Amino acid sequence: MIKIDIHKNLSASDGPMNLRIKCEIKKGELVTLYGESGAGKTSTLRILAGLLKPDKGIITVENANWVNTKNRSYLSPQNRNIGYVFQDYALFPNMTVLQNLEFASKKGQNKKVITDLIEMMELGDLQHRKPQTLSGGQQQRVALARALVRKPNILLLDEPLAALDYKIRLKLQDYIARIHNEYGLTTLLVSHDIGEIIKLSDRVFVLEQGEIARKGIPNDIFSNKKVSGKFKFVGEVLKLEPQDVVVIVSVLIQNNVVKVIADKSEVQSLGIGDKVIVASKAFNPILYKIE
Amino acid sequence: MMNWDPLFITLKLAVVTTVILLIISIPLAYWLVNTKSRSKPFIETLISMPLVLPPTVLGFYFLVAFSPGNAFGNWINEWLGIKLVFSFGGLVLASIIYSLPFMVHPIQSGLSILPHSLTEASQVMGKSKWTTLFKVLLPNCKASLLTGIVLAFAHTVGEFGVVLMIGGSIPGKTKVASIAIYEEVEAMNYSAANFYATVLFSITFCILLMVYLINGGYLKRFWK
Repeated sequence: MIKIDIHKNLSASDGPMNLRIKCEIKKGELVTLYGESGAGKTSTLRILAGLLKPDKGIITVENANWVNTKNRSYLSPQNRNIGYVFQDYALFPNMTVLQNLEFASKKGQNKKVITDLIEMMELGDLQHRKPQTLSGGQQQRVALARALVRKPNILLLDEPLAALDYKIRLKLQDYIARIHNEYGLTTLLVSHDIGEIIKLSDRVFVLEQGEIARKGIPNDIFSNKKVSGKFKFVGEVLKLEPQDVVVIVSVLIQNNVVKVIADKSEVQSLGIGDKVIVASKAFNPILYKIE
Repeated sequence: MMNWDPLFITLKLAVVTTVILLIISIPLAYWLVNTKSRSKPFIETLISMPLVLPPTVLGFYFLVAFSPGNAFGNWINEWLGIKLVFSFGGLVLASIIYSLPFMVHPIQSGLSILPHSLTEASQVMGKSKWTTLFKVLLPNCKASLLTGIVLAFAHTVGEFGVVLMIGGSIPGKTKVASIAIYEEVEAMNYSAANFYATVLFSITFCILLMVYLINGGYLKRFWK
């Protein structure tokens, strides 16, 4: 169980911001921090990792005090044993993939962890290459593997898939889900991609201007109505075309554009760029194998 | 028969100065990159002063400070047994101060352009500042290190004013090649001056050419 209750004054790009985070994260949970840029998501991760000092507050992890500004106790990032995947991956350019993983290991740590991780993340063919010769998705896999070498209990992922294209993203989401379960991790993920959040996370914290505005399971957070659809997808509105009495709404679902006919009253609250759920319950979808 | 002594002294001075400078400059540059101290601009100014100050100014203050005629110079002379005026030790100390910006600046800029996340990633992996510096940061700014080493070396080879004032041109002890050239010209001994000048010219040309070849990646391409 992670308990966070901290304050921090930050100077964000649009003036000062007061970060006030209070939350609890259960052991083994995968929680996503969602919100606009500048809402304090990355800062929250950095405070938990010890890379940023809060002005005031307490962080306890499994009953151990990591931060307590009252009695000035502060555990250095070196001693927190956290896995952190940075937005830019932060792979060391002077080391090969294998050396990157070896550098992360503790003194006298069994090297089997590294061979296991290389196998699990399918890095065998890449292990003697330097990071700059790898593609974005490959670098990301190295970064994930490297974050796990020290067998952390907590994994922090700062928009890990933001820079990757759609197909590789899906694959890496599977990797994240797998390591989260196999290593029994408590994971904190920063993400903007609603599909990804629904797929991966147990709970979502929505951050607005430095505060957690809403908490809940992804489906509740991202849809106001309870839809018990037989199938449903999250998408983004691309176009609204009024035609006589109906409106044709083009929705981007992952990388497909879908047209949905809607009533004029239904689309009143919709604008281009809005996130929507496309759901249906009254018909039977048919499956064709294509690959 | 040419006297090789001034050239040997020049090389010895340059090597000793460069080694000591490298040892001093790495922590200094690291501190400058990471510090939030208010003293930073003052320290940076002091380090950069030799770039703009006439070497004679530095030499003059050096002479005044370390002359056995005053209390401080006398104290160093008697208690530590080090004579810094008109000695090789004094030359080294003056050269270190005089060439400091040429070593610190490249290392500082090399360290400052590395993404901060590299340091943070290493910290999160439980690594100390020193491990991070030597295993992660420095290996990723080798070009800057090489530039610093070479500039400091070449600059020391090319010193004139400071070594003349502090060293006093004692043959076989503090008479470096640049001073030897000056004296040979004064004595109308052009062939000797030409000899020293040619050697200095070739050495510095080769050293600088090496840097540009290595940092420009030409050698790697050639080997491949």
